[in-house]
Amino acid sequence: MVWTRKDLLGLDDLSREEIELILSTADSFKEVSSRQIKKVPALRGKTVVNLFYEPSTRTRVSFEVAAKRLSADVINIETETSSVKKGETLIDTGTNIQALNADIIVIRHNYSGAAMMLARHLNISVVNAGDGWHEHPTQALLDMFTLKEKLGKIDGLKVSIVGDIAHSRVARSNIWGLIKLGAEVTVCAPEILIPPAIEEMGVRVSYDIDEALHDADAVNVLRMQFERDGQNAFPKQVEYFKNFGITKERLQKAKKNIIVMHPGPLNRGIEISSEVADGANSVILEQVTNGIAVRMAVLFLVAQGEGQEK
Amino acid sequence: MSLLIKNGRVVDPANKIDEVRDVLVEGSRISRVASGIKVKADTSLDASGMIVMPGLVDMHVHLREPGREDKENIASGTRAALKGGVTSVLAMPNTNPAMDSVERIAFLQGIIEKTAHTNVFICGAITKGRLGMELTDMSALKKQGIVAVSDDGASVDSEALMVEALKNARENNVAVICHCEDKSQSAGGVVNLGSISTRLGLRGISRESEYARIERDIQLAEKADAAVHIAHVSCKESVEIIARAKKRGIRVTAETAPHYFSLSEESLLGYDTNLKMNPPLRTKEDVAAVKKGLKDGTIDAIASDHAPHTEHEKAIEFDRAEFGVIGLETELAVSITELIVPGIICWDALAAALSLNPARILGVNKGTLSIGSDADIIVVSPDQKWSVQKENIASLSKNSAFLGKNLSGVVTYTICNGKVAYQSAG
Repeated sequence: MVWTRKDLLGLDDLSREEIELILSTADSFKEVSSRQIKKVPALRGKTVVNLFYEPSTRTRVSFEVAAKRLSADVINIETETSSVKKGETLIDTGTNIQALNADIIVIRHNYSGAAMMLARHLNISVVNAGDGWHEHPTQALLDMFTLKEKLGKIDGLKVSIVGDIAHSRVARSNIWGLIKLGAEVTVCAPEILIPPAIEEMGVRVSYDIDEALHDADAVNVLRMQFERDGQNAFPKQVEYFKNFGITKERLQKAKKNIIVMHPGPLNRGIEISSEVADGANSVILEQVTNGIAVRMAVLFLVAQGEGQEK
Repeated sequence: MSLLIKNGRVVDPANKIDEVRDVLVEGSRISRVASGIKVKADTSLDASGMIVMPGLVDMHVHLREPGREDKENIASGTRAALKGGVTSVLAMPNTNPAMDSVERIAFLQGIIEKTAHTNVFICGAITKGRLGMELTDMSALKKQGIVAVSDDGASVDSEALMVEALKNARENNVAVICHCEDKSQSAGGVVNLGSISTRLGLRGISRESEYARIERDIQLAEKADAAVHIAHVSCKESVEIIARAKKRGIRVTAETAPHYFSLSEESLLGYDTNLKMNPPLRTKEDVAAVKKGLKDGTIDAIASDHAPHTEHEKAIEFDRAEFGVIGLETELAVSITELIVPGIICWDALAAALSLNPARILGVNKGTLSIGSDADIIVVSPDQKWSVQKENIASLSKNSAFLGKNLSGVVTYTICNGKVAYQSAG
C-alpha cells in the first residue's frame, strides 16, 4: 500500500487499506515522542500552515506539535469567522498561502465542505482539521488508534457513540472509519440529536443509553454544546446528564473493561461524570498523546502523496 | 420577407401535427403548414432529419435586470434564450427593485423594448417588495401588461392575503405562480433533508416544506375559485398532491425544471455549488416521480428557473453560496436527453411541456404553429451531441448544473417573430 493522496479530507473517501496505513504509520511515529530529543527530520524544510477559522486549542496545538516533531516550520493563522464575510474568500486565502510556497495547509472551518473546496483549488496538500458538521478525520483516526492500542484490533468491536450526533463531525468520521475497519457502531442520543437516515451510514440507532452501553467494548462520548442555548441551558444540561450522562453507575452495568473516550474539551457533569472521566476505563489523556502520532503520520503521508488524484 | 422551412418533422401539439411538412412564414407570421410547398421564398432552410417545433416558452426566468446586471441582463439573458431555442420568457419579479408597481414595470418594458432578443413577458409581484405584507395593485399591473404574478423566491405566508391575491388574479385574468416553501421549516437548509444532508453535514430542506405549502396553496385556490400554478416541483409528494387536486377538478397547473428530472442529491457529494438550488436536488425516487408526472400530464410544463449568479457568488463555502442555476441554454437538450432518448415521453408531449402548455397557463398567444400565429419556430437537430462547456455559455453567468455533461439535441435555428435570430455554428 502506497499513499497517493495529496490531501486528507475525510474518512468517507478513504479505503480500509488507506486508514490502516495511516494507523501503522502513526504506530511507528509514536515512539518519537518518548525520545529524549523528540524530533525526526522527516519534514525538514517543509512549511505547514495551520489555518483555523474556528477557535480550537487542542487540535491546533496537536497539529503544531506533530509538525514540529517532524521538523517542519509551522505558521498559525487564526481568523475570526465573522471577518471572513468582509474579507477575502477562502480560495483567495488558500492561493496566497500556496504562493508563499507552503507545503501543507491544515484547515479548521465552521462550514461543511470547506476543506474539500480548498483542496480542489490548490496544488499543495490540505488536511481537514474539522469542517462544520462534516468530518474531523484526524480525531477519528486517533480514536481508532487508541482503541487498537488498547484492544488489539478494531474488527468486530462494538463501539457506541453517544451525544449530539446530528451536529458532530467527530461522530461522522468515527462512523466511516470504524465501519470500514469492521466495527459495529451504535449511535445513541435523544431523538432530536439523531440526523435523518443515519442508518444508511451503517450504524444502529439507540435512544437508550443503558442499552447502548450494554455489550459495548468502547464508548465515545461527544461534547454537548449547551452554551449556545444561553439561559435555557441549565435545565437541559441536568436533564441530559440524567438521561444520557456517562456515570459510574451506568458503567457498572456495562462490560468491565469498557473503554471510555472523549474528544475533549470535557463538560464534567454534563455528558460525563468526573469519576468516569478520571476513572480506570478512561483513555481520554492517552487519546491526546496518540493525537500527536496520528497527526505526524498524516502530515508525513500527505507530504509524500504524489497528488495522483489531480 | 418570406421564409420556408422545408422537409422537417413538424411537431405542433396545438394542431395535433407530428409529420414531415413544410412551414412557410410571411412577415412575422406563419402563413402555411403543408407538404411540398412550392413557393420561392426569400430564405429557404432545409430541415431534413430535423424537428420543427414552436419556440420554447420558458415561464420561469430570472433576467436580473434591473439591479444585478452583472449576473445577467435582458440582452444577455434573451441571447442565451435564443441559443437554447427559447423565443418567449417570463421575467420573474425578484429584481431590485421588485416588479411591484406600474412605474417599475413601465421602466422594465422600456429596457425590453430596446434590448430584448426574444419576447419577454413580465411577471409582477404579488406583494409589495415581495415581503408578503401588502398586495400590489394587480389590476393596474395587468393594465400595464403583466401576464402573471408571483413572489417567487418566497411564498406568501399569510393565508388571508393569498386568498385575496388569488381572487384578484381571477378577476383580472392573471396567472398566479406559487413558489411553495414554508420557510419556517426550511430556514438555513441548503440541500435535501435526508441521507445526503446527514452525510455532508449540511442543514436540510425537507420535502414537507415544499409539499405542505403546495397543499395549502391548492386549498386556497379552491376556496378562491381561482386557478393556481405551482413552480419548480421537485418531489414525489408534490406530484401526488397535484395529481389528486387535478382529479378533483381544481384548476391547478405545475412546472418542473430540467435538473429535477435529471439530477439527484447524490451528485452533491463533492459540495459542488453549481448544484445548489432551491428547492434542492432530491432523491432518485423523486426524480422518477417527476418524470412520471411529466409522462402522465400531472406536471404541465418544463421551465428552466434560469437563475444566474456570478462566479464569486458560487466559488465559496457551500452554505454561503447563492441558490440557483442557469438553464436557458440547456433545458431543451436536457429534456431531449432525459425524456425523449429513453422514450419516457414523445415529441408531441415535449413540445406541449416546453411551449404550448406554458403559453396557455400564461394566457399568451404563443406555443403553436397555427396559421396566422407569431412565427416563433425552432429547428432542432435531435441526435446531435454536444458537451456543456463554460466557454460556450452565452449567459453572463456560468453557473450551470450540467457543466461537462454530454447532451443530445442541438438548436440549429431559432426563428423569432419571423426572423432567423439564431443559427448554430456547427
